[in-house]
Amino acid sequence: MNGRGLVAAAQASAGASAARQEVRIASRALEQGLHQTELSVPGVHCAGCIRTVEKGLSRIPGVEHVRVNLSTKRVSVKWRGDEPPDLLDALEKLGFPGHLTEADAGRKDPEFGRLIRALAVAGFSAMNIMLLSVSVWSGAEPTTRHVFHWISAALALLCLVYSGRIFFVSAWSALSRGRTNMDVPISIGVCLAFGLSLYDTIHNGPHAYFDAATALIFFLLIGRTLDHVMREKARTAVRGLARLAPRGATILRDDGGRDYLAVGEIEPGMRIMLAAGDRIPVDGVVTEGASDLDCALTSGESAPRRATPGSSVQAGTLNLTGPLTIKASARVENSFLAEMVRLMEAAEGGRARYRRLADRAAALYSPVVHSVALLTFLGWMMATGEWHRAITVAIAVLIITCPCALGLAVPIVQVVAARRLFENGIMVKDGSAIERLAESDIAVFDKTGTLTLGRLQLVDGDAIAPRDLAIAARIASLSNHPVSKAIAAAAPPADAGLADTGLADVVEQPGVGIEARIGGNLYRLGRADWALAEAGQAHAEGTVLSRDGTLVARFAFEDTLRPQAREAIEVLREAGLRISILSGDAPGAVTAVALRLGIDDFDAGLLPAAKVGRLDDLASEGRKVLMVGDGLNDAPALAAAHVSIAPANAADIGRSAADFVFLRDSLVAVPTALAISREAGQIVRQNFALATAYNAIALPIAIAGYVTPLVAALAMSLSSVLVVANALRLKAGKNIPHATDPSRVRSVKGDIAVEPAQ
Amino acid sequence: MTSLIFLVPLALLLGGTALAAFLWSLKSGQYEDLEGAAERILLDDEEEGDQRSRK
Repeated sequence: MNGRGLVAAAQASAGASAARQEVRIASRALEQGLHQTELSVPGVHCAGCIRTVEKGLSRIPGVEHVRVNLSTKRVSVKWRGDEPPDLLDALEKLGFPGHLTEADAGRKDPEFGRLIRALAVAGFSAMNIMLLSVSVWSGAEPTTRHVFHWISAALALLCLVYSGRIFFVSAWSALSRGRTNMDVPISIGVCLAFGLSLYDTIHNGPHAYFDAATALIFFLLIGRTLDHVMREKARTAVRGLARLAPRGATILRDDGGRDYLAVGEIEPGMRIMLAAGDRIPVDGVVTEGASDLDCALTSGESAPRRATPGSSVQAGTLNLTGPLTIKASARVENSFLAEMVRLMEAAEGGRARYRRLADRAAALYSPVVHSVALLTFLGWMMATGEWHRAITVAIAVLIITCPCALGLAVPIVQVVAARRLFENGIMVKDGSAIERLAESDIAVFDKTGTLTLGRLQLVDGDAIAPRDLAIAARIASLSNHPVSKAIAAAAPPADAGLADTGLADVVEQPGVGIEARIGGNLYRLGRADWALAEAGQAHAEGTVLSRDGTLVARFAFEDTLRPQAREAIEVLREAGLRISILSGDAPGAVTAVALRLGIDDFDAGLLPAAKVGRLDDLASEGRKVLMVGDGLNDAPALAAAHVSIAPANAADIGRSAADFVFLRDSLVAVPTALAISREAGQIVRQNFALATAYNAIALPIAIAGYVTPLVAALAMSLSSVLVVANALRLKAGKNIPHATDPSRVRSVKGDIAVEPAQ
Repeated sequence: MTSLIFLVPLALLLGGTALAAFLWSLKSGQYEDLEGAAERILLDDEEEGDQRSRK
């Protein structure tokens, strides 16, 4: 017992210093020995939390500057010295468990800054030009009008060069690749309008379209900025979740010394020490120790696997109960994880081929608009022979049809939909994912971690005598093994009769179970063949509690279903989706879950490549597959599917492969996302119909030459307001109370944050 | 007409000042933690070592 205690203490201190080394690897060097580390702290939510964290951390020697960002739930710490401060431990003690994030994650997003500055300049120009235009429209004297036109020209030039650049660059890159997008008609319209207005200003003409050109840029930039904000928000939120892959590992040198190396520096043949609770960094073979491995993320198996000397282990599995020494057999880039990345890259199929609705509309739209403008010009040339008049009318046609409404029609709906998804705890990567989800007609689920929580639950708790269960729970509470956790969780709340019985001589035997003495009796909780060995039942199976070698109680477990899994499946079925399960777990476990959920289309024991194969088969039947999965083994399938959803506790690589990530436990997120996406699709179509109807009315007026700058400004604003107002009607996912309650999101994140710290 | 000679430039100047102020506040990071700024108003003890400037 004492020897074990010492080993445990040594392990713990090795674990602490490993955590500190990890802080160093994750930090970014600033000038003169100053380092900056970014930590994600999901628990901060008020001024008090800010003060506790900032004060608590700045008291650590070496720490120079602490700043909490409440919006992103991050702490940025600047520290000096060779040895990094033990920030994770300090945060844990302050009651705000945190985890490391990329040092770069806290940096500003340059694209967003560019958009906001462009928007500010465009707003300034557009508003001032509009101010001058109003007096021109209300009949200013020719001299005043002339001066005002010149001022407007100067302001519009500023707007065009500074803010219009964003559209010109995008339009040019599309054109140079022989394609066209929404930015092409915008750029042509704006540039022509500016050019002609400048010509008229020089020749003292009565009309100038500077206001229309700048207002167009301003409105469209609003749409673009909103689109960007929504995507960036989702990306940060996903990035803020804990990394499940370790950054480094403790290496045992041949002379007995220890080094902490970054994962990328581990070579085959090196011996790696792993404490209980560590994730395995590279593929390898166990040389010493015995433990249980949680393979839920790598293979989808819900039951832990035993590891003894000689067994080979995959990168990404979690070491649960005992210390292990493994010998690396591959570099990180040749490990299981990297193999998944290669499969994912090969699998990117349907998604790359998908073209966004807005781009498809633009491909139809721009040739029509441009040929109508050209025909108008030719028609007026033939009718009147005045080239200036003809060009003016043609440009009026371009401005009036310029896809102001069309450019807003799609992004504004997607922004509203993304906002609604966010309120329901769902992050979306980009707008095209919403369009693709609305199209899906079959939902394929992974089992472990997706339909289930990957947490075991005691089935027959009622059949066991409360006293026995209480004893089992007390013993089990000392272990990290999933089975032990399930027993501990099933314990009757507060059992007075047992409070005084002390546990003694507690020993956890990795891979088999845990034993303890209570009042002279030796209790064993674990595998039946070990706990009952002295009773001659060396071949018994299952998990049992034994007293002095005789059977006391038998435990049976099942994987906990995700909350509301059954309802979610029902709703999806009603929405017309076919439901199917593709799992890597053993057939027995998959069948049980499928039966409980009433799903009759399922397949078990699939390797990652086989899952992708199934999805390809479905795709070739013309089906649009929605893949919902969480594990490393699902990542290629998530990438191959038409659209994919992952829970927040998925492997990093799975989260980055998925289009949607949901933060709460409940599986209802999947039908909610589907409902919101479908309604968004409907509203987008309505918006297109509105924009088309508007064009059908405005175009004849423009072609007839009745559009003055005043009419153009009015028509443009009206159509934009109309599509924005229509987008705000999105109802799906709205009636959920406390949808933005941060504590619910936090608790999910908290679970993940705690995990690596075990 | 004469009033316009100074009123219009004045309007533009004011607008330009507002634009410059906005760009400056953006650059100095005042929009990075809007929620935090709202809560920090409740913290009144600016002790030594607690005083920090944004960069």
